[in-house]
Amino acid sequence: MSEPLVFEKSATGRVCARLPLCDVPERPLPDLLPSEALREDLPLPELSELDVVRHFTKLSQHNYAIDLGFYPLGSCTMKYNPKVHEVIARLPGFSGIHPLQDPATVQGALALIYGVEQALAEIAGMSAATIQPAAGAHGELLSLMMIRAYHRQHGQEARRVVLIPDSAHGTNPASAARCGFAVRSVPTDGRGLTDLAALEGALGPSTAALMLTNPNTLGLFESDVVRICSMVHQAGGLVYCDGANMNAIVGVARPGDMGFDVMHFNLHKTFSTPHGGGGPGCGSIAVGDVLRPYLPVPRVVEMEPGRYSLDERRPLSVGRVHSFFGAFLVAVRAYAYLRTLGSDGLRRVAEHAVLNANYVRARLSEHFDIPHPDTCMHEVVISASRQKARSGVRALDISKRLMDYGFHPPTNYFPLIVPEALMIEPTETESKETLDAFCDSMIAIAREAETDPDLVRSAPHSTAVSRLDETAAVKQLDVRWPSA
Amino acid sequence: MSYVPHTDGDRVAMLRAIGVERIADLFAQLPPEVLLRRPLSLPEALDEPALIRHLRELSRRNTSGEEAVSFLGAGIYDHFVPAVVDALVSRGEFLTAYTPYQPEMSQGMLQAMYEFQSLICALTGMDIANASMYDAATAMAEACLMLVEATGRRRVAVSRAVHPHYREVLRTYFCAADVEYCEAPCADGRTATDPLTQALEAPTACVAVQNPNFLGVIEDLPALRQCAAEAGARAIVAVDPVSLGLLKPPGAVGFDVVVGEGQALGSPTAFGGPLLGFFACRSEFQRKFPGRIVGRTQDAAGRRGFTMTLRTREQDIRREKATSNICTNEALLALAASIDLCALGPSGLRGLAELSLQKAHYARDVLCAVPGVAQVFDHPFLKEFVIRLDTRRSVHDVSRALLGAGILAGYPLGEAYPELHDALLVCVTEKRTKAEVDQYAQALRVAMEGGAA
Amino acid sequence: MDAPDDLQYTRTHEWVRMEDGIATVGITDHAQTELGDVVYVELPKPGAALEVGAAFGAVESVKAVSDLYSPVTGEITEVNAALNDHTELVNTEPYGGGWLIRVRVPADVAPENLLTAAEYTAFVEDIGR
Repeated sequence: MSEPLVFEKSATGRVCARLPLCDVPERPLPDLLPSEALREDLPLPELSELDVVRHFTKLSQHNYAIDLGFYPLGSCTMKYNPKVHEVIARLPGFSGIHPLQDPATVQGALALIYGVEQALAEIAGMSAATIQPAAGAHGELLSLMMIRAYHRQHGQEARRVVLIPDSAHGTNPASAARCGFAVRSVPTDGRGLTDLAALEGALGPSTAALMLTNPNTLGLFESDVVRICSMVHQAGGLVYCDGANMNAIVGVARPGDMGFDVMHFNLHKTFSTPHGGGGPGCGSIAVGDVLRPYLPVPRVVEMEPGRYSLDERRPLSVGRVHSFFGAFLVAVRAYAYLRTLGSDGLRRVAEHAVLNANYVRARLSEHFDIPHPDTCMHEVVISASRQKARSGVRALDISKRLMDYGFHPPTNYFPLIVPEALMIEPTETESKETLDAFCDSMIAIAREAETDPDLVRSAPHSTAVSRLDETAAVKQLDVRWPSA
Repeated sequence: MSYVPHTDGDRVAMLRAIGVERIADLFAQLPPEVLLRRPLSLPEALDEPALIRHLRELSRRNTSGEEAVSFLGAGIYDHFVPAVVDALVSRGEFLTAYTPYQPEMSQGMLQAMYEFQSLICALTGMDIANASMYDAATAMAEACLMLVEATGRRRVAVSRAVHPHYREVLRTYFCAADVEYCEAPCADGRTATDPLTQALEAPTACVAVQNPNFLGVIEDLPALRQCAAEAGARAIVAVDPVSLGLLKPPGAVGFDVVVGEGQALGSPTAFGGPLLGFFACRSEFQRKFPGRIVGRTQDAAGRRGFTMTLRTREQDIRREKATSNICTNEALLALAASIDLCALGPSGLRGLAELSLQKAHYARDVLCAVPGVAQVFDHPFLKEFVIRLDTRRSVHDVSRALLGAGILAGYPLGEAYPELHDALLVCVTEKRTKAEVDQYAQALRVAMEGGAA
Repeated sequence: MDAPDDLQYTRTHEWVRMEDGIATVGITDHAQTELGDVVYVELPKPGAALEVGAAFGAVESVKAVSDLYSPVTGEITEVNAALNDHTELVNTEPYGGGWLIRVRVPADVAPENLLTAAEYTAFVEDIGR
């Protein structure tokens, strides 16, 4: 039973909000605003408060979430989002302050931003950080802007090529293109790691940077990373670390120590802030000394212990990539998480994230092809190639069938270099029982792929809607009500 | 404490299944020289009660709307948000959901986004709205870059009356994308049309303006659209969505893209983030616009369903040729905005705009009745206006004095507009009472007397 | 997988039919199967010049975009207008009604480096392995 649209539940004259009466002398509208500037109608739905509550409550019931079940999405780190953070984020001293207040009146907020930035720099093994970017892709973009500014400052404008592994997330080349860079792909070798010879061949006077995800999107640690960073530096380039997979190494190893010049974090992945159905996020970045002067403004600085102010006078700064400070309330949640975990807690996160992924790998290894079967870090990439060859059942079909077992599917068809890829990242907050239930389901589906492939290919069967006509969604484009 | 549920028994069983002795063996791929051999230098872990105590103490070092009456606007607004918004948005099914890439399990969020898109189109009068961007500044930057690509002209004219942060973001983005940034001056608080026409003599992709502008003034949108059209340039406007409760939708005036900040629709001031950029455009850009979008379709049984569509524009498929690099957006805040707009309804949204209008005009009258205080721009405004303080004291000193009286007086404009070094941008929303406004005027009188010539 | 004998093919899955100096170009049955339902075709305008090997447009399905590479050098004389409203022709009639462009090829230039149907079929089978 589908839930009608709010517009379909609207009834003319129904009123919801109760606004105060005007307590100041009212002047006629024409005295205050030119009539040609005014609108004639305002086609918003008219609902009662109970209508609104029921509508959105029902919508929420048609939605999967971490609070309901396992979300093994590779590279997304769908770990538990602590409820205490929601309480903290709603404290009036955080939610009810304005970003343009005199810094003397928001010392707590500045202390928190400063604290998060210091912590992230320490976790990164770098010298400074900023919470200004609103998402990982935004952090990538900022990092590349800073790299470009650095090369320009050093008379190296000709460095316009960014090297990106063929296993990289799509935001990497998209961000590079946004910065006026040309993208050159670096192949992954048989080990599942960056092909060093190919990298050597690609490096040269036009190299601005290498973007490397580590651990990479195959769930493997780039064991040559120190050498890779050194190679890029020798060629005059800088090295960016895509930190989407930090959950594997927090507290265990630091990108700065590996030679990276800059990295981004996803606070909404590694640091437990909620995904909210697609956002908000926070793509904080950390930088070493080389790129530090290019950080965006303003910077929160500690004048003396406990007293903070804003530094806007940074002549080499790239400027701003977001209004005000960035996603402050997201940083509040990350700060609370960091204060809950401490160093030991972070290390336990990485240890158990990696333990969980390897356990899943071990349990599934006989039933699915695994391109790199010996080990993995916090995520494992399996392939449905065997099932596709035997009965035509593809990764997509297995994903849809998993829904009938009550699980959200893993990431599909990524990385691009693995055919029929399914990328599974359990995260450290899942119990062995949950992992066993998931693996049992995957194994059952593998069996179904042999005995009853049509059942799998036509899944899901138990959801409110089954597979949607994506072609019609494009060809008969309907992206608003009323439809054009 | 790390929310890790494993018992010792679990660890033993799992290590055995994997075939290693210790967890440390699973990190064998890491070269020894990168392994951290000391704990991270971080503050020590806190238990939950201690955590709450600490954060509460930090929060108390901030002066919030509970301790001072705020007349601050400048892009972040303290509007009334009905209680149902937070109650619904904090449901775990929304809060802890991922991006709805698997539509069969995410119809709730997908439908909510379709409704958000529809509401934004209804407000702005445009054909297509995406499912959100980071904030108004980046939405405006993305709009400019889209029009640069569409027109082939690598130059954009931006009004000086656009929010200073938005202009900084545009400069930063344009520098990276090799697009020329040209600033169109304002005169008397509005974008000046003659200088704009002159600025457009060089081939320009688009003109970017804001309405009401940063100084609170209502711009002559038809005239600005006309200037752009005559030069063969497109036009973008950043709008305050609450103002659209009263003001004509820019779609009706022929704008190509409408962007804006949706924070006031459902979110608190939150020290400026997270925010909600909205982006709406004409249907001619349907293959070029950035951001996620949700479309309506049906399944094999003919049941209506919603799914993310026009995906080939996006980074995961199109990679370096994508229309943007955006992936994560502001979905939960878009949901909050939808709930807010439904909870307000047309009469509520119009009511917010009208109450703000009346109270701001009352405030202008009583503040300007204080000796030495004068309104700077003689143009229609909605909820924000600029006053000049003719006093020996600096605007910052006066502000501090008012803070002592429990009032956040407004935004001193000197940094962003040096010629307005003695002026304040004052915002009055429907949440300010007559008594609060009178109190402001009284405190301002005292503060001004303290510095009278 | 269908690959008519009277056509020539590229390794990037385009086909060419030469008739009186006009080359008709489309994408192969293999390509349309891999792509899925075609929802959009991006093509240049008549009059545009083409160089062999150069990208001249793209074919999009819901989940993928495939760039098109020209098998010939010449000038585009015609673009298949039927595709404006019926992109599905690329799937249902890849060698017939789903043709993409017609190109006038200079008389003294013969298309080279093209595969026969048999060579193309073997090439596709190799990829599958």
